[in-house]
Amino acid sequence: MKSFKTFSGIAAPLIRVNIDTDAIIPSREIKTVSKKGLSGGLFAEWRYLSLESRKENPDFILNQDPFKKASILVTGNNFGCGSSREHAVWALSEWGIRAIIAPSYGSIFYSNCIKNGILPIVMDGRVISSMSEFIKDNPEENRLTVNLIKNEVSYSNEVIETFVIQKQDKEFLINGLDQIEQTLQKNSIISEFETLHKKTNPWLNAS
Amino acid sequence: MGSTLFEKIWDQHSICDLGDGNELIYIDRIFLHERTGSIALKSLEERKVPIRNPNQVFATIDHIVDTFPGRGDKTLMPSGSDFIRSLRASVKGTKIHFFDIDDPNQGIVHVVSPEQGIALPGITYICPDSHTCSLGALGTLAWGVGSTECEHALATNTLIKKKPKLMKIMVDGILPLGVTSKDIILHLISQHGADGAKDHAIEFMGSVVENLEIESRLTLCNMAVEFGATTGIIAPDNKTISYLEGKAFSPEEDFNKAKHYWSELKTDQDAIFDKTITIDCSNITPYVTWGTNPQQAIPISHSIPFVDQIKNKNEKESMIRALEYMGLEQGQSINNQKIDAAFIGSCTNSRISDLRSAAKILKDKKIADNIRAICVPGSSQVKKQAEEEGLDRIFKSAGFEWRESGCSMCFFAGGESFGENQRVISTTNRNFENRQGKSTRTHLASPMTVAASAIAGKISDAKSIGIEQ
Repeated sequence: MKSFKTFSGIAAPLIRVNIDTDAIIPSREIKTVSKKGLSGGLFAEWRYLSLESRKENPDFILNQDPFKKASILVTGNNFGCGSSREHAVWALSEWGIRAIIAPSYGSIFYSNCIKNGILPIVMDGRVISSMSEFIKDNPEENRLTVNLIKNEVSYSNEVIETFVIQKQDKEFLINGLDQIEQTLQKNSIISEFETLHKKTNPWLNAS
Repeated sequence: MGSTLFEKIWDQHSICDLGDGNELIYIDRIFLHERTGSIALKSLEERKVPIRNPNQVFATIDHIVDTFPGRGDKTLMPSGSDFIRSLRASVKGTKIHFFDIDDPNQGIVHVVSPEQGIALPGITYICPDSHTCSLGALGTLAWGVGSTECEHALATNTLIKKKPKLMKIMVDGILPLGVTSKDIILHLISQHGADGAKDHAIEFMGSVVENLEIESRLTLCNMAVEFGATTGIIAPDNKTISYLEGKAFSPEEDFNKAKHYWSELKTDQDAIFDKTITIDCSNITPYVTWGTNPQQAIPISHSIPFVDQIKNKNEKESMIRALEYMGLEQGQSINNQKIDAAFIGSCTNSRISDLRSAAKILKDKKIADNIRAICVPGSSQVKKQAEEEGLDRIFKSAGFEWRESGCSMCFFAGGESFGENQRVISTTNRNFENRQGKSTRTHLASPMTVAASAIAGKISDAKSIGIEQ
């Protein structure tokens, strides 16, 4: 997993509320048992005029220059609600999105972002509105700079917005550690707990 | 200060504090399906990381499999069989309990789980599927995860998790005849928004919840995720205990021990919740969605709101977009809106009581001309039970297709769909754009409302078309 501390990028405002994971990647675009090869299906119903021809819909923001090169998505509340499919995050990541800015997220989607190196930034709707206006003026020039060390998004020479993120999520994004490996190192305390847990609740044994 | 039900189960499973509010939580049971379980298992295999306790893992085939009689691995969805075969290959030779396509206990993961006694009160339970919250109905601490977290749980029997905030929803009053838990949850989401329970785990309490049968409680908790909640939970009671007795994976010789523990498992009188919502069910009537999100729901007798009634700019735009997608007008009445299809199925409403309530309405009736109606039992067990009761004959003679169990047309994976611009009244849980197929227009409702609407050929409350329950 790619770790990051700070970066600047083109931001695409896709201001809609309740964008669900079915919209981010429709189920029919998940064609193989794989975490890769999913970016073509990203926002497929909105991005293409027809799913068969794959002809791009010129009205959809991510098909327009310079948003085609966006690495930040600015969006509405409850982004990523619905299905738990991690494919939504894999598709966003493969397409090139590294950070999302929204007032709120679907909770499973939020965790999936952290696990895959996408920074889900929570910001007030009003901040997002003014940020969007600024971007729209000149998206190529008016890039956003995300600084995860300082918990900041800056979007002009003057405006700096701070955001809150859980310490562990932040460390995880910065260091890109393998959580399974880390937890496996705690195997002895897990085993100790497990033995007692099953002894106290003998009815838990499924075999 | 006392503790909530959620906290009691949580604390009992907390292995250690990891700082910054995170805890290492022990996971008792894991359920997988071919759509997302296949990738989690394959990924662990590739990394050569073993599954810690395969006998605490269960798997079924429900998402991609066809529901036509005589089905096999081959699916209408192109490449669907890859998911089925991948899961089967991964579980082969392991101690994972597997319900394959031809297993008499196969079915939708969240239907099989309570039916087999896999979800139990007081345990922690995960599945890489958002509707895992359904199992809270049994007093299970159950929630949906992504594939990566699922891999973590398979490899370590733990998850690193921060305790969510807690919300109490008091459901009181007297539930009118013909009003179901589906209507209660749609009412709640419509009143408080699709993110109304964001960052919270909900405990449903109150006289109405106590009076609900287990299957209705499963429907209520099923849609907690559509309310933005981490999960929903209901304290186990005598109904829960008798429901679980004798189930395949319920405790046998230790049942009395478990029973004793379960009957004590409840929120203390003086426990504190971060938020409380109280609703009186006495005035709730059957609900239906008109838009493209479960919060866009109204009583069938009401009219769709006017755009100007919505103050928030983004919500207003969402409404305009939804009306356009659904082919509806602001301010119009939803009652008597012509439909093209009716669907009964999904982890929300495909259990035997759902089928019985629909069959009661369909008995000796025919669905309207030019309506396509499908009933997909939630599990092979539900199907068998329904056939023993003769419900299949009622559905078929009314004009419904009668299918094998699975998730079916709750979502479109590239296989079967109702078609473009088709208006479907559906017992499912998501009315998202294109969810049931390209440009398919979904209206969520209870099984009774779906059955009544199928007969009338238009959105109808069972009561309003003169069908007495």
